[in-house]
Formats: sequence, structure tokens, C-alpha cells
Amino acid sequence: MTYLFQQVLNALQLGSIYALIALGYTMVYGILTMINFAHGDLFMLGAFFCFLAATFLHLPFIPTLLIAMIGVAIVGVLIERFAYKPLRQAPRVSAIITALGVGIFLENFTLVFAPYPQSVPTLIKNTTWVIGGVSISSLQLIIIALSIVLMILLDFIVRKTMVGMAMRAISWDKAIVPLMGIPLDLVISATFALGTSLGGAAGVMYALAFPVIDPYMGVLIGWKAFIAAVVGGIGNIRGAMIGGFILGGVEILVAAFLPSTYRDFVAFTLLLVLLIFRPYGILGKPRPQKV
Amino acid sequence: MTNQPSSIKNWIERLGALWEKIVSNRKLLPILLVVGLLFSFAIPQFGLLNQYVVLIMIYVGINIILSTSLNLINGYMGEFSVGHAGFMAVGAYVSAILTTKVIPANLAPWLFPLVVIAGGVGAGLIGILVAVPSFKTRGDYLAIVTLAFLMIVKSVIENIEAIGGPRGIPGVTLLTTLPWTFIWVVITVWVIRNFVYSNFGRGVLSIREDEIASDLMSVNSRQVKMLAFVISSFFAGVAGALFAHVLQFISPRVFDIVKSTDILIMVYLGGIGSIAGSILGAVIFTILLEVLRPLGMWRMVLMPLVLVILMIYRPRGIMGLREFRWFVPGYDLFASKIWRKKKEAKDASAS
Repeated sequence: MTYLFQQVLNALQLGSIYALIALGYTMVYGILTMINFAHGDLFMLGAFFCFLAATFLHLPFIPTLLIAMIGVAIVGVLIERFAYKPLRQAPRVSAIITALGVGIFLENFTLVFAPYPQSVPTLIKNTTWVIGGVSISSLQLIIIALSIVLMILLDFIVRKTMVGMAMRAISWDKAIVPLMGIPLDLVISATFALGTSLGGAAGVMYALAFPVIDPYMGVLIGWKAFIAAVVGGIGNIRGAMIGGFILGGVEILVAAFLPSTYRDFVAFTLLLVLLIFRPYGILGKPRPQKV
Repeated sequence: MTNQPSSIKNWIERLGALWEKIVSNRKLLPILLVVGLLFSFAIPQFGLLNQYVVLIMIYVGINIILSTSLNLINGYMGEFSVGHAGFMAVGAYVSAILTTKVIPANLAPWLFPLVVIAGGVGAGLIGILVAVPSFKTRGDYLAIVTLAFLMIVKSVIENIEAIGGPRGIPGVTLLTTLPWTFIWVVITVWVIRNFVYSNFGRGVLSIREDEIASDLMSVNSRQVKMLAFVISSFFAGVAGALFAHVLQFISPRVFDIVKSTDILIMVYLGGIGSIAGSILGAVIFTILLEVLRPLGMWRMVLMPLVLVILMIYRPRGIMGLREFRWFVPGYDLFASKIWRKKKEAKDASAS
């Protein structure tokens, strides 16, 4: 029983990282109906910004997190301006391929400067408490709490502020809303900044939890977070949170009770089964098709 | 001063005209095929080109098979499949197991075509498994299904100790030769071209444009999807079998998501819904990667930049939805000619 609780805690930790990345996918999709496949690599950049800030500037945890989030947000907005904006009217697939290209660019650009895996210094003094046989580390608690705070903040921004209202309006109808005086480009930039900064925050947390980072770490995690976003129903912000926690939970529990090499197999088979019964994800709604 | 650019422009125009002439002349196609086959035998036989160039040519051939077969799903049917490397892995493993464990080594060169076909059939059977979810889900959700399929294939291979698990199969004999690659490329292009211009192919196109409407127009969308997936995955398996026997070592790591991304890039670089585009995309991508090799690590920085710039200025890829006249059947050309004439006559009478 204590073993199970231990694994649930691990699942919450991994799940919150997945959920933060999945939020970036789902926000961009909601506004542009485009899958930003470079998002996994922006997550990787977040980890590397954290590494740079912690190693060369010797900053404590909070400034490091802020630097990583702002840095990744700037990169995200720049990518949107120079790579995705010219393609808004183009067929959807060319935007997707451009996103894949941007992702490969980010990976290899980082690889040129960091050819070997780098180890991130410990920013948070890790103390472990044992409560009823379950060992809880302060790092785990901080990661889970921080990501929940970030998610509540995002939910607040999207639901209660003017920018959030504009975002929801644009995802509803991209043609009419700019006519009402809402600056389309600004709102899209804001969406990218928000979504990618969450990815950057996830990168920092990942780098703290698993302190060896390399330029290719974003590929697999990015794809998995995309799966989490789709499982929750892509375009739906609360769905992405749920999807992230489900994916994290399934992965950790499979690894806990079965040989760990079965992890991907069982996790993905379960996801396939889920998609067969709910083809539009957990919270997604099927769009009416017109002929 | 002004003379210099204009003469270059002239040259380009002349070259373009020559290219247009070759491409539009259908009678040249059989001659080119025979010449190509002869060359594919002659080059390794007499050592006309060095080993490195021959190897690159084999890779170009394999990539043409991969991109053409993926174009059937992603270009003609308009789905977004990212699991092509998974089919390739199945074909590679089936064929490599056959040549290393089942067939005696002295017979292997003779049975190689059968081995390749076996690899293709293995992948085709798995293709049915992916086709079934495609009946219900479309778009991004089908992309997830193919992605999950790729991960599952990789994970299953890693967990079977009998075929090497994560270590893979070393010591596969070198059986893929230039003539075999050439023959398989021709077969792939021929089959897929004929499929696209057959009744089923029209069904595939109509599903891309509008699935519900094509259902109403009595297209059997399940049958069409099934056929398209099976044919596509069959040729991916063929390419995997050829790939395994030229690389001589396979492991699950070779067939990861990066491999799938490479194939996707080739397809969209060349342009969707165009066989000529797939061929051009594969050739340009493979050769460009080799040419840029002296740049070392900066190669993979430059390559995606080129891709992004190309996508911004030509969002449909090089050949998007257009086709060489070689690949278009005669009656199609004839029909479009009549259609154009009628339209011109109508426009003339209207004005």
C-alpha cells in the first residue's frame, strides 16, 4: 500500500510535467488549429536556460525559473513571427512541416553548443520526509505545487482576463473577431508566449527532477505530451491537464508493477483503446461536419 | 553589366525548356527505364562510380520507395500518418530474421526477392491493424494512432529477446544491390501510380476532399482506406527489407520517430499528391544531406532552415498537386485537353 502511494506521488510529479507541456500544444492548437511540433524542443530549451542560469549566473531557483520562462517565451514568439505567421493562409500540413523543421533546428542548434549531456546543479536543497513509510521529497512537492499554481493561473488568465477572452473569441472564429477591433497578431503572440513559457517551466522542473539534460530530450517527451493533449481532447485546456496526469499515471504505474521495458507498450495500447471508445478525447467534442 | 544576369536567365530558360521537353515526352519513359536498368547493372559490375556514390544511390532509391508510399496516405488520402518508420521496422525485422536465421547463407542471394516480398507482406498485414482505427478517427487523432503504433512496434521489438531485444540483429548480410533497388523503385512507382489513377485511387482522392460526400457518392470508404493503408505499408516494409540488407545491422533505435520525420519531410518537401514530387523530394533531401556533410554539425542546423524557408515561399512543396506528364495516363491528358477546349469555346462565346 505504501508502495502504491509512493508511485502515485511519482505519477503526480511526471504527470504535472506532461500536463504543463500539453497545455502549450493545446493552446496553440485552439487558436491556430496547428500542431506546434517544435514545442517539445522549446521544453528542452527551458531546461537549457535553467542550466545556463544556474551554472554561469549562479542564480537561485525562482530567478532561474523566471529567466527560463521568459527566455522560452521570447523564442516562442520569435518562432511564431518568423516561421508560422507567413503560413497562416497556407495549407495546414506546410505549417506542420515547418514546425517539425523548427524543432530539428532547435535541437541541432543546441547540439552545436552542447554536444555532450550536461548536468544541472541542484537549485533546491532536497530534504526527504518519511510519513507512514512513504518518502516525500521537497523537490517533488515543489514541482507538483508549482505546476498546479501555474495551471490555476493559466485557467484564470484564459477565463477571467481580457486577453483570455480575446483568445477564446479567436479560437471560436478567426475571421470575424479581428473585425471587432481585437488585434489578432497580438493575441496570437500572447498565446504563444503563455503556452511556451509553461513549456519552459516544465523544462526547468524536469531538469531539477532528472538533472542530466541533452538536446534530444525534448523529442520523445514532446510527442508524449502531444498524446496527452489529444487524449484530453486537443484544444481544450482542462482536457490537456487531465490528459497529462493520465499519461503520467499510466506510465508510472505500469513501470511500477510490470517490467519497466513494457512501459511504452502498455501505456500506448491503453491510449489506443481509449481513443477507440472516445475518438475525440476525454473532454473534446466532435465537430459537426458539413458537406 | 546588365548583360550578365540576362544571359544566365536565358540559360535557365533554355534548360527549363529542355527539361519540359523531356518530361512531357511520354515515349522516352520506356527508353529511360531500360537505360536506367542497364546502368544499374553496369555501375557495380565495371566499377563506374566509387562505392560511396553507389551507396548513396541505393539510399536514394530506398527513400524514393518510402516517400512515394507515404504520399499515398499523407498526400493522396490527406491523412497525417507519422508511423511509417514502424512499418519499415516490421519489414526490416521480418526479412532480417529470414536471412539470418531461416534461410541458409548460400541460398540467400537467390531468395532475396522473396525475402523482400515477405518483409512487405509482414508490414502489409500490420497495416490492416492501423487501417481499422482509421475508419472512425481522422486528422490529429489518427496521427496519434499511427504515432502510438510506432511506439508499440518499437516497444514490442525491444521486449522480444529472441530477435535481439534492444540490441537488434547484427551481421545481416549485404544483399541489397543497385539493380534490386532500381527494380523495386520502378515497381513501387508503377503500382502506386496505377493505384492512384484507378477507380480506388479516385476514391482515395475523394476521401481527401470530403469523406462524407464521397460516402454519399457510393465510394466504399472502408475498402479504399484499407487498400491504401495495406499498399502503403507493404512498400514501407519492402523499403525496410532493402534498408536492413544494406545497413547490415538493425535495432529498434534505427526506426524511431526521427526516421518517420525524415520521411515526412521528404514527402512535404517534394509536394503532396504527386509521385514526381515524392521522387524529387527523396532525391533532393538525401543528396543535400550528403553534400552538406563537410559542414559537420552545422549541417543539421542548416538543413531545417532550408526546409522552413522553402515551406514559407512554396507552402505546397516543390511539385504540390502537380505531376510530370510521364505519370499521368493518356486518357486523363486527353480528357483535360477536351475540357480546356470546351471551356475556351464557352469563354469565347460568352464574351
